[in-house]
Amino acid sequence: MRLLKDALASKAMLFLTFFPSLIVFLIIVGLYLRSRPILAEKPLLFLLFSSSWAPGRGDFGFFPFIMGTLWVTAVALIVAVPISLFASIYLSEYAPRAVQEFIRPMIDLLAGLPSVIYGVWGVLLIVPLVARIAPFFGATSSGYSILAGGLVLAIMIFPTIIYVSLEVISSIPYELREASLSLGATKWETVKHVVLKKGLQGIIAAIVLGLSRALGETMAVLMVVGNIPKVPKSVFDGGYPLPALIANNYGEMMSVPLYDSALMLAAGVLLVIVLVFNVLARIILVRVERRAG
Amino acid sequence: MRQPPAPRNLRRRKIEENFFRVLMATSILIVIACLGLIVGTIIWKGLPALSLSMITETPKGGYYLGREGGILNAIVGSLYLASGATLLAVVFSLPIVLFINVYARKTSRLATWTRFSFDVLWGVPSIVYGAFGFIIMIFMGLRASLLAGIITVALLELPIMSRAMDEVIRLVPFELLEASYSLGATKLETALKVVVRQSLPGILTAILIAFGRGIGDAASVLFTAGFTDRLPTSLLQPAATLPLAIFFQLGTPFPEVQARAYASAALLTGIILLVSLLARGLIKKYTRHVI
Repeated sequence: MRLLKDALASKAMLFLTFFPSLIVFLIIVGLYLRSRPILAEKPLLFLLFSSSWAPGRGDFGFFPFIMGTLWVTAVALIVAVPISLFASIYLSEYAPRAVQEFIRPMIDLLAGLPSVIYGVWGVLLIVPLVARIAPFFGATSSGYSILAGGLVLAIMIFPTIIYVSLEVISSIPYELREASLSLGATKWETVKHVVLKKGLQGIIAAIVLGLSRALGETMAVLMVVGNIPKVPKSVFDGGYPLPALIANNYGEMMSVPLYDSALMLAAGVLLVIVLVFNVLARIILVRVERRAG
Repeated sequence: MRQPPAPRNLRRRKIEENFFRVLMATSILIVIACLGLIVGTIIWKGLPALSLSMITETPKGGYYLGREGGILNAIVGSLYLASGATLLAVVFSLPIVLFINVYARKTSRLATWTRFSFDVLWGVPSIVYGAFGFIIMIFMGLRASLLAGIITVALLELPIMSRAMDEVIRLVPFELLEASYSLGATKLETALKVVVRQSLPGILTAILIAFGRGIGDAASVLFTAGFTDRLPTSLLQPAATLPLAIFFQLGTPFPEVQARAYASAALLTGIILLVSLLARGLIKKYTRHVI
């Protein structure tokens, strides 16, 4: 009886274990099936590179949205990468244990804050700030801009980059550092020549994970980025990233023909880009881990 | 390894060392300051606008124009939604994590592959979950409802919860399992009575982390849970959620309603803080009782 129970449970659990891989597969298939109607009308490349967006007339050009996504993500990376890398090196190489243990929960919390909260905060603080500093760069801006979106996004991806690079850095054997220090190198020189060189692959993976997080972030960006469906020319312009497009139009998408199909295609495109980055980063990380273990 | 640099540039090297040390300390301070600034701003702006009627009443007519009412609908909706989703996610993720750690060997192909899929799922943006939830919803013939929202958020929580559980269950020493087997216990009994008990606080922490993520996510429920001013009474009715309530209130042109958005944001932040404090407390307790 007990053995039977065990055998049954084992079968059921084995079955469940295929579930996560199945979901990845189902999401891709589901989105593809729903976006087929629009792909039947127009070729994918045309949709991706056309700038004309007028759902009422049946024009679905994703180019402004793709550019919006790229701009916002680029700003976020430029801000977030140096800060989070320096922060994680500090945490792993310099900070005493007590400081580490004090700071870790804070980064946890930063990762756990809902994106709407980031959005509200962005509206309260970052948007007025951007509007204020724009004139110094000879631009006028309402504040709802690529720059505001990028700054909020940068803070949101701090935890991802910091955590993954911390993990990578801590997998580098301590003996290597000792060897370098004993040769008379300063701590920073050790970091530069040993830690960064050894951990380079893993750090790139950390950045890529941050990047893919940034690509898909929706609500916070949506609330501060301005949502103007034009290709942005400067960071003070408003933009309209892909996720924001999907989120903003859920209401009307069932009433305009092909609209829902276009939005599902947008979600599909987003998913494929994010998946490619994610899988790449994970493969690098698995390899780094194996080498360390 | 490089040659040791000549001592005459010692000063320059010292300056470089200090320069980067300051740079790094500044970076970590920026990160911490951002957290402080976000939580501080939200509470400072939100707390004054928070009142008892806001958390005990549902929106009355013209609430979004600045009239009477509260956001009880969103609070209750969010709690139902996140609880339901968390429950559903536990039902799936606990068996999977137990399976890859007890039945399959911890380093087997299947286990590695499953962890890999969880990692990939973890990276899927919540708006894509929203779109996928919408597709499932149409496929199952549902309308935007509490149930559709629960399914979608459960999918979103699944990888987060599973990876967090895996981290603790992985740490259960193999000797403990062997001891249990040698007493004649089956794998199932070992999994439920030894492994789960040994890592219970860690499992609860994983559940709380997932709950916190579920209650705060907006993009995934936008399509699927709908929004209503009434309290949901069945799984098939639409349900309001706190993040969306914040979003909609902030989107109105009236300062009074925007102030309520800040108040709701403070409330949500409070819930998240509470959940993460609880989770942290459990981790502390866990490390004290571990064998």
